[in-house]
Amino acid sequence: MEEISQSMGLAMGLVRQLDQTLLAIAGLSLKVSGVAVLAASLLALPLGAWLALARFPGRQVVIAVLNGMMGLPPVVVGLLIYLLLSRAGPLGSLGILFTPAAMMIAQAVLILPIIAALSRQVIDDAWSEYREQLLSLNATRWQCMRALLWDLRFTLLTAVLAGFGRAIAEVGAVMIVGGNIDGVTRVMTTAIALETSKGDLPLALALGVVLIALVIAINTAAQLMKSYSMRRHG
Amino acid sequence: MADPAGAGAPAILPLAGSDLSWRAGDVEILREVSLRIEPGTRNIVIGPNGAGKSVLLRMLHGLLAPSGGQLAWATADPLRIRRGQAMVFQRPVMLRRTARENIEFALRVGGMREGVRAAARAALARVGLASLEDRPARLCSGGEQQRIALARAWALRPEILFLDEPTASLDPAATRAIEEIIAAMHAAGTTIVMTTHDLGQARRIADRVLFLHRGRLVEDTPAREFFQQPRSPEATAFIKGELLW
Amino acid sequence: MVNTPRSHWLAGGALALTLALGLAVPPAALAQDKFIVVASTTSTEQSGLFKHLLPAFKAKSGIDVRVVAQGTGQALATARKGDADVVFVHDRVAEQKFVEEGFGIDRREVMYNDFVIVGPKADPAKIAGSKDAIDALKKIAASAAPFTSRGDKSGTHAAELRYWKQADIDPQAGKGTWYRETGSGMGPTLNTASAMGAYAFTDRGTWLSFKNRGELAIAVEGDNKLFNQYGVMLVNPAKHPHVKKELGQAFIDWITSPDGQAAIAGYKIEGQQLFFPNYQPVRG
Repeated sequence: MEEISQSMGLAMGLVRQLDQTLLAIAGLSLKVSGVAVLAASLLALPLGAWLALARFPGRQVVIAVLNGMMGLPPVVVGLLIYLLLSRAGPLGSLGILFTPAAMMIAQAVLILPIIAALSRQVIDDAWSEYREQLLSLNATRWQCMRALLWDLRFTLLTAVLAGFGRAIAEVGAVMIVGGNIDGVTRVMTTAIALETSKGDLPLALALGVVLIALVIAINTAAQLMKSYSMRRHG
Repeated sequence: MADPAGAGAPAILPLAGSDLSWRAGDVEILREVSLRIEPGTRNIVIGPNGAGKSVLLRMLHGLLAPSGGQLAWATADPLRIRRGQAMVFQRPVMLRRTARENIEFALRVGGMREGVRAAARAALARVGLASLEDRPARLCSGGEQQRIALARAWALRPEILFLDEPTASLDPAATRAIEEIIAAMHAAGTTIVMTTHDLGQARRIADRVLFLHRGRLVEDTPAREFFQQPRSPEATAFIKGELLW
Repeated sequence: MVNTPRSHWLAGGALALTLALGLAVPPAALAQDKFIVVASTTSTEQSGLFKHLLPAFKAKSGIDVRVVAQGTGQALATARKGDADVVFVHDRVAEQKFVEEGFGIDRREVMYNDFVIVGPKADPAKIAGSKDAIDALKKIAASAAPFTSRGDKSGTHAAELRYWKQADIDPQAGKGTWYRETGSGMGPTLNTASAMGAYAFTDRGTWLSFKNRGELAIAVEGDNKLFNQYGVMLVNPAKHPHVKKELGQAFIDWITSPDGQAAIAGYKIEGQQLFFPNYQPVRG
């Protein structure tokens, strides 16, 4: 218990001093996970919408697989991306292993199924309400997808945030493909892992507190924006 | 701009259905319904709950494919057929955007490129909702939403408008407003096909009644005749309020 | 396509992505030719040695050194794939194999530190104060006192296994009872030992910088056998043409230069020197 209260004090201290290293690490965390969630969303939202509207044999299987992939182990994703990006791998010539770009790719792959599966569910539910009206207006499949994606934007934001939360909190994948290089690929989670292995548990926990506070702040901001917009747009 | 009366454009009406059937599993919801919708008419489909009214409407509109029978429009051009119709549902589905944008969406999906905003504004004005132009549609009252839905349908200039119990969940004032819009649309040349369970409404609107009972088209009669002297015992009982299902 | 607010939204998203990627990628891309990747071990990174050395090297050469800290086994595997320019590890046998297989060139012995055996102050195996590591291991096995091993094929793990062999003990027989493999780095292994009151085999550098000692203390030290040699080598550019030969060589040259060697000797925690430079130009 003593360590926990010590960590709280330490966390406050770090934040109050605007510790430069902490700022850089937290900034990189936000940047890596932010880009990852953006890239993943650009693919996952249309994929979720398409899967919600499409009817083809084996659709249920695809949905089941997608839902299952929400639980992809970060370490496995990290390893796969590592093997792809390694100099000895097929994308080795890019030379981006142990860079933030590799971390973004790994996180994007990790959360793509989460955002796609959650948005598929949301859009599938709404489709039963919108279907007849949109078909009556002779909307094409593509127009239906776009109309639903835009109409459900506030609900879909929750799916995107779920992906972001998972991305910024995971350590296994970014540790492997980023290498936890000081000042280059060290993010909040790998810094926490490092301090833990150095036995500096109070500092590790303090960083954890800062990470949690950061995630909560972002979610709160998104939630406020969402409820404000929903009041305005119905 | 699509105009049903436009010169040279082939009219899609009349619509002829022959032996239309629809099954859901083993249950036959519609049985061998044959009918003909003439241009310029006001057709009211009535009947007790579960008679198959909504299914018939959706089938005519093309949302449901018949499991048996044929549907024939006056033209073979599928795009013309699709764009010549519109439908208003019991519960209007409004997109999460303003009233005007809802109509603009329908117009763009319908292929309009120029003058979309003006057309949407005009459509809202026709249903008396010009002032709600920038109001998010989902924040409008039920009656207003249904009027927006009618404006949306009207903006498309359909030759034929299907309405499925459009006033079922509205109060009398809103119902009256809806009926006035339907009358105006008809006056502007749109053929009306509408289901209702409200006999008074049927009397006010119909010039022809299609009476459905247990999936069969029991009567297809001019309105005045139907209400004065129904031919079938089922219709007689229904008008008296004795036929519940 | 239909021009509605949705297309602005999509366009905005695409723009944001481009911007974000644009912001994210250049720092790495711009610095492309001014950094090297060094695959090294947790002991050098976590002890803080690199934090002490690298600024001096950077000041001298302008080269950024990106240290990927792994176990020696993993570090060699990383280098074998061509994902590092320089390897800086401590497992002479594995290093020599690495060079013989043609993956590494110009191996140089840079420095050493020593291993220690730490254990609970209660000292159930009665080894505290001993200077004989082999005898201490025998006593630990005989008393079945809990012992945590890294079990991760790191340099430290390899060294530990060699000492067990010299003691003629197969610790695998104690698996599930007193011999516990954590399968992780030195720090996590020490955390585990601290929590379980177990003995552990560690390099002194990691131990000195380790904060969560709890009841742990050094039990055995000062045995000449506990010598831990670090080697540095360039990943063979003949195998991996993209290896930054000049920059990597500059690092190796510096760390084996009088300046570099002095910097190593100058790194202290609580007044204790952690690493002892011992580069011998003749052997280079």
